[in-house]
Amino acid sequence: MGAGHGGTLVARYVPGSSAVHRLEPHLKLVSVLAFAVVVVSTPVHAPWAPVAYGGYLLAVLTAAAVAGVGPGRLARSLVVEVPFVAFAVLLPFVARGPQVEVLGLSVSQTGLAAGGGLLAKATLSILAATVLSATTEPRALLRGLERLRLPQALVQILMFMIRYADVVGGELQRMRVARESRGFRSGGLRGLRVMAATAGALFIRSYERGERVHLAMLSRGYTGRLPTGPAAVVDPRAWAVALTLPLAAAAVLLAGMLSG
Amino acid sequence: MTAAPPSLLVEDLAYAYPDGHQALFGVDLRIERGERVALLGPNGAGKTTLVLHLNGILRAGRGRVTVAGLPVGKRSLQEIRRRVGVVFQDPDDQLFMPTVGEDVAFGPRNLGLPEAEVSARVAAALQQVRMADAADRPPHHLSFGQRRRVAVATVLAMQPEIVVLDEPSSNLDPAGRRELAEVLAGLPVTLLMVTHDLPYAAQLCSRSVILDGGVVVADGPTPDVLSDAGLLAAHRLELPYGFDPTRT
Repeated sequence: MGAGHGGTLVARYVPGSSAVHRLEPHLKLVSVLAFAVVVVSTPVHAPWAPVAYGGYLLAVLTAAAVAGVGPGRLARSLVVEVPFVAFAVLLPFVARGPQVEVLGLSVSQTGLAAGGGLLAKATLSILAATVLSATTEPRALLRGLERLRLPQALVQILMFMIRYADVVGGELQRMRVARESRGFRSGGLRGLRVMAATAGALFIRSYERGERVHLAMLSRGYTGRLPTGPAAVVDPRAWAVALTLPLAAAAVLLAGMLSG
Repeated sequence: MTAAPPSLLVEDLAYAYPDGHQALFGVDLRIERGERVALLGPNGAGKTTLVLHLNGILRAGRGRVTVAGLPVGKRSLQEIRRRVGVVFQDPDDQLFMPTVGEDVAFGPRNLGLPEAEVSARVAAALQQVRMADAADRPPHHLSFGQRRRVAVATVLAMQPEIVVLDEPSSNLDPAGRRELAEVLAGLPVTLLMVTHDLPYAAQLCSRSVILDGGVVVADGPTPDVLSDAGLLAAHRLELPYGFDPTRT
């Protein structure tokens, strides 16, 4: 027990040696963030907006292809978008303004643009983030965040989350097995009470583990800062490669603005 | 003074927790350099409390702790924690960095050592516990026994004066237990091993100390301590069925 867990967070990583894999993590972070900013700043009501979305999609799919991230992997990552989809689908029905006919239904034109824009922007950003998470190991991402001067406290919280997700998950799993071994079946109000107790117990256990980890850290001279190894020097050409994606998107945006 | 100071000197150490519960009532313990000593005692005897004093996590209410001549105090804390390497019971508490190599490097980097020295120490420490090829692996991919050996490496990398192990054999399978014993027996450091596992004490430590009720109640050669059935029974210690402490 304990050993052999695949690692829930590490599972998002697809090993490889593509140009995207080899980029320094902080370059990829900057690149994805810049891409998202360009996508989000596209005006949804502009007549050329759908064309721009197409251009962005082409750019991000090209990046995915270079990274060797398959369509299945990309499609699965879009599951997190489901709540947005529900909201976006509602918009054309509740928004006011001039109406248009779509598939025999009368919907608001501005609502359609807003909903479609929301959906397109979320999808594009998630696709870019998926390429990032598929080509960068979680701990490399942390190093990237650290290099981008994210506050130490946040980096450390994220690091502990990655390290202990499976440990806490294992504990939860053992508690579930122990519950069910004594005839517990989830569902119903009584079930909710038991689940609440489980969550409480898990919280206490994790809290106590946190205290023990802190003791172990102090025992090895922890002073509040996580010591890190030497940072690799970044080749300017790597910046150029990393910025290809946001620059391509920015070019699409600029073209749209000039034409409109 | 001509001889080297003892690795560990505990004098009249007493401690009460903030809630008023007194755990230690005047502990005296002297461990010479290179000794391997077992610290035995039932649950609640004060063993863990004593261990937490050795590297200054808890501060003595009365008495003092000296490590290789340096008294444990506020100003000496960083150096004390280098000198005293504590290996905690659950390796998941001890191994918190994303990879084994980074975890072993945690201590030396806290000491502010240059990076070349850090990598040399990481390699040497992992070699000592026979885990040299695990440096790039995440801790949760290792077996429990391997994780415990890596936990030992994390303190060896600090080049400590004394290594303190809390229940080193707990939860290990027989092979993992033997592998750890082989590693520990080969370490050229002073060792204090807190344990309930009396055969493990007999195998690894020539001297045993029994702590109970917050005081040292016995201190002598391990075979003598473990052969004293009355002493063991009085302090809730028991040998496994069929084990003969005079024949190890």
